[in-house]
Amino acid sequence: MIDRRNFIKIVSFGGGIALATKFTSDLISQSERNDEPSSGLKAKRWAMAIDLEKCEQSPNCNKCIVACHSYHNVPQFDNPKDEIKWIWKDYFHNAFVTQENPYLPKGMKHQLVLLLCNHCDNPPCTNVCPTKATWKREDGIVMMDWHRCIGCRYCVAACPYGSRSFNWRDPRPFLKEFNPQFPTRTRGVVEKCTFCAERLSRSQMPACVEACPSNALIFGDLDDPSSEVRKVLANRFSIRRKPELGTSPEVYYLV
Amino acid sequence: MKLYDGWKITIGLIIFTGFFTLPIWLNLTSAESKVKPKLVYPEDAKECVEAKDYMNHFHMDLLNRWRDSVVRMNVRYVVRNGNILTHNGNKLEMSLTLTCLKCHSNKKNFCDQCHNYLDVKPYCWDCHIEPKGGSR
Repeated sequence: MIDRRNFIKIVSFGGGIALATKFTSDLISQSERNDEPSSGLKAKRWAMAIDLEKCEQSPNCNKCIVACHSYHNVPQFDNPKDEIKWIWKDYFHNAFVTQENPYLPKGMKHQLVLLLCNHCDNPPCTNVCPTKATWKREDGIVMMDWHRCIGCRYCVAACPYGSRSFNWRDPRPFLKEFNPQFPTRTRGVVEKCTFCAERLSRSQMPACVEACPSNALIFGDLDDPSSEVRKVLANRFSIRRKPELGTSPEVYYLV
Repeated sequence: MKLYDGWKITIGLIIFTGFFTLPIWLNLTSAESKVKPKLVYPEDAKECVEAKDYMNHFHMDLLNRWRDSVVRMNVRYVVRNGNILTHNGNKLEMSLTLTCLKCHSNKKNFCDQCHNYLDVKPYCWDCHIEPKGGSR
């Protein structure tokens, strides 16, 4: 005969085991559902190096800009105040304000430099976003979620590189052609380069990197010592835009 | 107690209540709406990513989950039992334009039917491009 004390012991012990197994099996099946079989290009720290020497050899080449802006449905506005830009060119002395030096080589002084979001390691834009519409991913990409952007433009003010553009107007009438692979934006959201996060997840390189005919754009994982970026950064001297601000920009310019 | 003009008031009250509750009576006798959404289903695709009943009621939840998964978690493909789902040999992306509208290629005959009927105005197509050009 089981007494009352032992009965309670047995029942509670059995119940505990049953609950624990159910809980763990639930956990396992849930993790199975969320675990994607690895697909797409992965990295610990995406970064880009831009070879200014190669870029200088064909100063009229805009292939990377055209490729990016047509892929991402970036509109062309007549009024420069409305301008939307993901990747663009500006003079060396504007891009590298603090590198100014009256005795720079003549060519370099007036060279047009390719500019884009620096995907900073310490991005000031993400800190000010009130809705987490922009944030730094684990692989270093400073990502945007246009669903969440409320258009407050704090990030535009916070970015010291002018990498962010605001849609003052509906972009659709200013697009001649649409790329159905990628959405457009709507009036009242901020947009910028995303290092082609959507292409990386489909195992494709960024559109600008792919479009460059002279391989002046080198993209890869900074964390991997055998990656192309790391190799080229180890062999050539490189500068970054406004590193003194502490943003730790991850676009390197090979000079 | 005497109710002056009692029969007039009673008749008036009856007419008033009848008139006031007319919508209820109409609904009880003929609950069917005359305008109905006419969904045109794709002919070449037989299966959806989820069961039809689920999609009828919860497609908006599914789309929200897909959105968060792709944009925020960087998980792009539809996974079932650890494998990426495929359709005609292509990996299925969690994408409104590239997956849903690939089969349901006519927004007017599919999405708009119920949305107009229920007067809901989802803003998906403010940004996402519907098949065949972009003008809304």
